[in-house]
Amino acid sequence: MAAKSKSLPKLDVSSLPSPETIARSQLENGIVVLARANFASPSVVIAGYLPAGALFESPELAGLADMTASALMRGTEQRSFHEIYQSIESIGASLRFGASSHAASFRGKSLVADLDVILNLIAEVLTEPTFPKKAVEQLQGEHLTGLALRDQDTRAVAGMTFDALAYPNHPYSIPSDGYRETVAAFKRKDLKAFHKRTYGPSGLVLAIVGAIEPQAAIERVRQALGGWATKRSTMLMVPDAPALARTERRSVELAGKTQADLVLGCPGPRRSEPDYLAAALGNSVLGRFGLMGRIGDSVRERAGLAYYAYSSLNGGIGPGPWQIAAGVNPANVDRALALCVEELERFVGEPVTEDELADVQANFIGRLPLQLESNDGVAGALLHVERHDLGLDYYPRYPQLVAEVTRQQIQSVAGRFLDPARLAVAIAGPPEKAA
Amino acid sequence: MSRAGDQPISRTRLENGLEVRLKEMRTAPLISSWLWYRVGSRNERPGTTGISHWVEHMQFKGTPTFPAGVLDRAISRDGGTWNAGTWLDWTVYYETMPAGRIDLALDLEADRMVNSLFEPAEVESERTVIISEREGHENEPGFRLDEEMQAAAFRVHSYHHEVIGDMADLHAITRDDLYAHYRNYYRPANAVLALAGDFETEDMLERVRQRFGSLDGGTAPAFESRPEPPQRGERQVVVEGPEETPILEVAYRAPEPTDSAFYALAVLDSVLTGASSFSPYGSGLSNKTSRLYRALVEGGVAAAVSGGLAATIDPYLYSLRATIRPGQPPEVGLQVIDDELARLQDAPISQDEVDKAIKQAKAIFAYDSESISNQAFWLGYSEMFADYGWFESYLDEIDKVTPEDLLRAAHQVLVPAQRVVGMFRPTLEAVNGR
Repeated sequence: MAAKSKSLPKLDVSSLPSPETIARSQLENGIVVLARANFASPSVVIAGYLPAGALFESPELAGLADMTASALMRGTEQRSFHEIYQSIESIGASLRFGASSHAASFRGKSLVADLDVILNLIAEVLTEPTFPKKAVEQLQGEHLTGLALRDQDTRAVAGMTFDALAYPNHPYSIPSDGYRETVAAFKRKDLKAFHKRTYGPSGLVLAIVGAIEPQAAIERVRQALGGWATKRSTMLMVPDAPALARTERRSVELAGKTQADLVLGCPGPRRSEPDYLAAALGNSVLGRFGLMGRIGDSVRERAGLAYYAYSSLNGGIGPGPWQIAAGVNPANVDRALALCVEELERFVGEPVTEDELADVQANFIGRLPLQLESNDGVAGALLHVERHDLGLDYYPRYPQLVAEVTRQQIQSVAGRFLDPARLAVAIAGPPEKAA
Repeated sequence: MSRAGDQPISRTRLENGLEVRLKEMRTAPLISSWLWYRVGSRNERPGTTGISHWVEHMQFKGTPTFPAGVLDRAISRDGGTWNAGTWLDWTVYYETMPAGRIDLALDLEADRMVNSLFEPAEVESERTVIISEREGHENEPGFRLDEEMQAAAFRVHSYHHEVIGDMADLHAITRDDLYAHYRNYYRPANAVLALAGDFETEDMLERVRQRFGSLDGGTAPAFESRPEPPQRGERQVVVEGPEETPILEVAYRAPEPTDSAFYALAVLDSVLTGASSFSPYGSGLSNKTSRLYRALVEGGVAAAVSGGLAATIDPYLYSLRATIRPGQPPEVGLQVIDDELARLQDAPISQDEVDKAIKQAKAIFAYDSESISNQAFWLGYSEMFADYGWFESYLDEIDKVTPEDLLRAAHQVLVPAQRVVGMFRPTLEAVNGR
């Protein structure tokens, strides 16, 4: 390993986020603030999350967390929907809220001179939203149109079908944006109740990156949000997702389509899995490195079957999926599927080659400057480190962590999570006869 | 504090005609290289539509020095990112690399400017990949509508077809067609190389000369586009399909980007549909205080609205697009748009609205100047339809726009007799039509 690491890119670790350049502070009410300065341009990014995701809603109210987060900016005790958006759009700033399975999250951007406008707005909509009836109904209409589009989109439908197959009786089987029948039934009181039950400072993490000194940024957050005293929920854990007993395949027909989307895979490792980095490097070999790794080489480059064919690893707080996706002509679904399964068998059956491992190690280390170039990228990295308790020294340690991963570790973690004989296989596309 | 957008740039023309644009930036240890060729779907005739995009794909299939797959690996190993894009007027190849590794990108681009193989087996393999790419587009009702609208808007000019090309041509184009197109358009005299990032200008210029200076320049290929004759009367296009969600699109004739009316139209677009960047890699803002959002979305007719204004060589389109809520006919949206456009034409808009649009344009400009890749993008992109001065003076030009200019542009551009109205009518019954 030591010998191999000599061929890996040399990074100036002093340029990476580190305990010396990140300020972290926990306010009295539990809010964690992370800040890093970047004076390259006069702008600032504010991003964060709090434990108010879809896991906190009941299945009959699927989509409520997402709807509640989206509705925060539709009106407060002080301002109407129009006044709220006038305050940010008139200064060229942006702020949006949404929710996924585990968390509600937000992301804003402004010129640094306008930072207080954004922070005060975040505080206002988090603490005193009113969910005005008319505005909520309008938002509901927008969401229902979005769901109608989603339900006619082969990629989205294949993904949802995969989740239903791979996660039976598990929260991940339910789409976090809900179903049309659940979203259509929401009333204003549902949103108010969800907000009252889940929104509070405990578990809220906020990152500020841009043209402001870190300690000054933390002080601004303290002024805006330090007085929020409500006691609320903390992050929920989700259960494990057992592997399927055998491969299960499900097809959904969508009329009028030309191409079919194929998604196959298994529940994958959590981010807290000790071998997660090995899984990530392995996944790069499988379906990302270069032009979509081994999957891209097989399905696109050699067979010419697809424009896109790749794998993804989505472990977070819970066991997100490890999956392969491809868009193919309906006549080629079985051929593409067979090639993907063949690559999975090879991936779990034998270690990746030394060259392949060295390639992806070099890529993971060498790409850091690009990933961390923008304020958005750094803010995302700070939130990632906090969410998964990786430590403020994670990025300086990261090149060494990557260099230490072995071929055997990759094969081991692949074998524990990916079983080519026990896959969830989902297809969404035109009816068979149209092929 | 240094503003990334304020650094001077270096402009050089090599003896073989290659235009080189360089801009030093020290904000991150990265260099971004963008090689632009003046060829896109505009340079295509019926029978070989889609050929520029297909040539772009073939540029990843190897040369004798860099066989297919070798480069993917080399660039990815270095932690770089690379890709390419083909559009109406241009084809671009870019690499963003750690600063010490940019030579690899320069070596590659100089090599594949002249030495790509276009092996017959690779051509056939890529044919099915591109057909698959087109089939993926065809899954989207918005693509199906756009394709018909472009064809309706341009009967004569070659902007009439989609960049991906017509399916008939994707089946018919031969290896020799592709290679001839490549040889005709890929030459130094038809290209602009733009780099931004962590380098010394003199040193970088020397590295560029070493690799590109000896290539045979030829002359810039001649291509005369066929001007679109004046449109005399509104055109309507209807596309149907088994979907639930209607789409309404209204496309007007846009002025050229060097026309002063273009700046006024950019401000009008901001007022109507919200502020956005001209760069496909750029920022956008929410548009909830824009006039058409308020009328269409708050009015309960649509779920989303957007505007599209592009900077092109020949006059193109300014389009408004609304995703109509299921259960309503798209015509409902058209009436709302017409009422709003009439308001714009009846009286000058307030100075406050103009000021807001200008402030938004400045903020987006600041955000877009942050990334090295975006800076390099603008260095070359602006040369495709004007020159870099266009980008440098853009904010000054926007600053000069007055309410009277907007009134004039609204009357000049938003003319019903010179528009194409496109409607996607879903044939499935709406499940939840609220």
